[in-house]
Amino acid sequence: MNIRHLLSASDLDRRDATAVLDTATEMAAMAGREVKKLPTLRGKTVVNLFYEDSTRTRISFEAAAKRLSADVINFSAKGSSVSKGESLKDTALTLQAMGADAVVIRHPASGAPHRLAHWIDGTVLNAGDGTHEHPTQALLDAYTMRSRHGRIEGLKVAIVGDVLHSRVARSNVHLLHTLGAHVTLVAPPTLIPVGVTGWPADVGYDLDAVLPGVDVVMMLRVQRERMTDSFFPSEREYARRYGLDADRVRALPSHAIVMHPGPMNRGMEIAPEVADSARSTIVEQVANGVSVRMAVLYLMLGGVK
Amino acid sequence: MNSYLIKGVRVVDGEPTDLLLRDGIVAETGRGLSAKGAEVVDADGLVALPGLVDLHTHLREPGREDAETVDSGSRAAALGGYTAVCAMANTSPVADTAGVVEQVWRLGREAGLVDVQPIGAVTVGLAGERLAELGAMADSAARVRIFSDDGNCVADPRLMRRALEYVKGFDGVIAQHAEEPRLTEGAQMHEGIESARLGLPGWPAVAEEAIIARDVLLAEHVGARLHVCHVSAAGSVEILRWAKRRERLTGRPSKVTAEVTPHHLLLTDDRASGYDPVFKVNPPLRTAEDVAALRAGLVEGVIDAVATDHAPHAVQDKECEWGYARPGMLGLETALSIVVEALLGDLGWDGIAERMSRTPARIAGLADHGHNPAKGRPANLTLIDPSATWTVEPTALASRSRNTPYAGFTLPAKVVATFLHGQPTVLDGKVLR
Repeated sequence: MNIRHLLSASDLDRRDATAVLDTATEMAAMAGREVKKLPTLRGKTVVNLFYEDSTRTRISFEAAAKRLSADVINFSAKGSSVSKGESLKDTALTLQAMGADAVVIRHPASGAPHRLAHWIDGTVLNAGDGTHEHPTQALLDAYTMRSRHGRIEGLKVAIVGDVLHSRVARSNVHLLHTLGAHVTLVAPPTLIPVGVTGWPADVGYDLDAVLPGVDVVMMLRVQRERMTDSFFPSEREYARRYGLDADRVRALPSHAIVMHPGPMNRGMEIAPEVADSARSTIVEQVANGVSVRMAVLYLMLGGVK
Repeated sequence: MNSYLIKGVRVVDGEPTDLLLRDGIVAETGRGLSAKGAEVVDADGLVALPGLVDLHTHLREPGREDAETVDSGSRAAALGGYTAVCAMANTSPVADTAGVVEQVWRLGREAGLVDVQPIGAVTVGLAGERLAELGAMADSAARVRIFSDDGNCVADPRLMRRALEYVKGFDGVIAQHAEEPRLTEGAQMHEGIESARLGLPGWPAVAEEAIIARDVLLAEHVGARLHVCHVSAAGSVEILRWAKRRERLTGRPSKVTAEVTPHHLLLTDDRASGYDPVFKVNPPLRTAEDVAALRAGLVEGVIDAVATDHAPHAVQDKECEWGYARPGMLGLETALSIVVEALLGDLGWDGIAERMSRTPARIAGLADHGHNPAKGRPANLTLIDPSATWTVEPTALASRSRNTPYAGFTLPAKVVATFLHGQPTVLDGKVLR
């Protein structure tokens, strides 16, 4: 791959994205072996710079880097901001001085990885920035779709929920479009960005009308706080109109899968029996996350062109 | 006091002539003037404009002298061709008392490079709750006539109505920062295709348009003057066009005026793509359609004036995440070049003089400013080289801050000299102090 940073899923063209998914398949095969380690990144330093709690994503990146024999430094900067503690720029200069080859950053401010990339020489991997993007999540979602359906080209994918605030949705729309899938966003109109017209996706407000025609339905986490900000009237009304319950699942084609990036609000956007059903890929997504992140680190830091 | 003989200058769109500046006024004009003891300024090929007047400048003193001072801002202004600037009230402490506005006015006199006319806050502490002592500021040595909570909107409609009415007592004007605050909580950039892509909370144009529409109606109802700061949206231009047409129908002269910034005449919201906060500003950069409407509005006279909204910020307030950065851009040293770049063809030099000097001087009530250089007029003027180009280098600016959005831009037209009350503040493109 010829890209230096992974800041947005739109940084990946079809060839790069496919290379990540293919490499992830090889990495997954290795996970079944007795010795799970590759020496590829021996001597390289990967820093996990996390300004938000996200045990799931941090552990996934940490496991991926360690399986490639990189040295991993976890730098938890939660609570840091301009007003208290060190600025992002000073942290960047510190990491630069420590010789970080890659920085995996999770940050509550959209665009923080772009700023970081401006200040350091190493590779920056966006592990979720504000309400912007989460490209490795989109890659692991694509990997999951491909392993279940055997392809991505031509798949019909519904992404349901708080699209406005979702970095997962933004990255998925870019990547799925690149890979030839057809995306429909479904949400109450208050949770669809005004500027969605610039996205390569359809928009629908009626979940029941969309479900019978999809191969994949991806449910997004809806934060309960959105209710107090009048994005929707109540938790129950949201669940009734946009929650995926057993009745709605019956409207799906038999081959369709149910995805969720986690953490879930069981009973809100997804019913517990749906989350735990055979159609659900939720646990698989977590496992696939390590393989996909290994593939990204391998391709971006491993000197493979 | 030295006298100055400016040779061979074109006054606005006129033929080359000479100007003799003596005792603070233009004493003589005409070809082939000579004057004993006068310092000669060769102005062959240059254009003389009335000294520019900025209705909207943040000088940051008192309070944020690390970002700008009255002195450094005055130097930037003089270099930009300005002879008068109106200093916004959102300092620390806020310019909401006679004491603070007099302090700013006095600092301006001490700097002596530009007439600094303080603007007073509309409400105590810019808090939008109760009126500041507007009359005391009007009666002070600073003789405040423009009042603004800029940075904040006077959002409460009843308070806005009272402010508009009250300042009629001393021919004051309320300069409104039009932003319905409930529609812009947490807003980071123009709400549209770019904000959706970048995942930054949007600042919808309607938050500006709704306040302008409301205020136009309020001002008409109480027969008061209203000035709209930094108009940024096409819809706002349409509302102002409606307002001005409506006042013609009522038979009363229009009391609504409006300004646009140079950056809203040139830059668009896609500048936010790299998340560099140097492009973060309030109101935000909008779309190409908005830029086109603002240009058309300025040419048509629906928008009366260009004002810089010069907003210096310390490095640490811009070298950070977009969401944490302060909004605002430098403007004084680049404003004229940006307007020339965007609109010289449509406006001509006379149109530029109208919108950057004569009209803003009239709005601000600055009797000594905004006069084309002519015999007997105050000698506040600037000389422009219309054929020169220059490249913006942030560290070379006179401002204490570096947050220009034009770094690396090559721009047309250069200020060669500026005269304030007959004395040079800038000569050969260099500020004299």
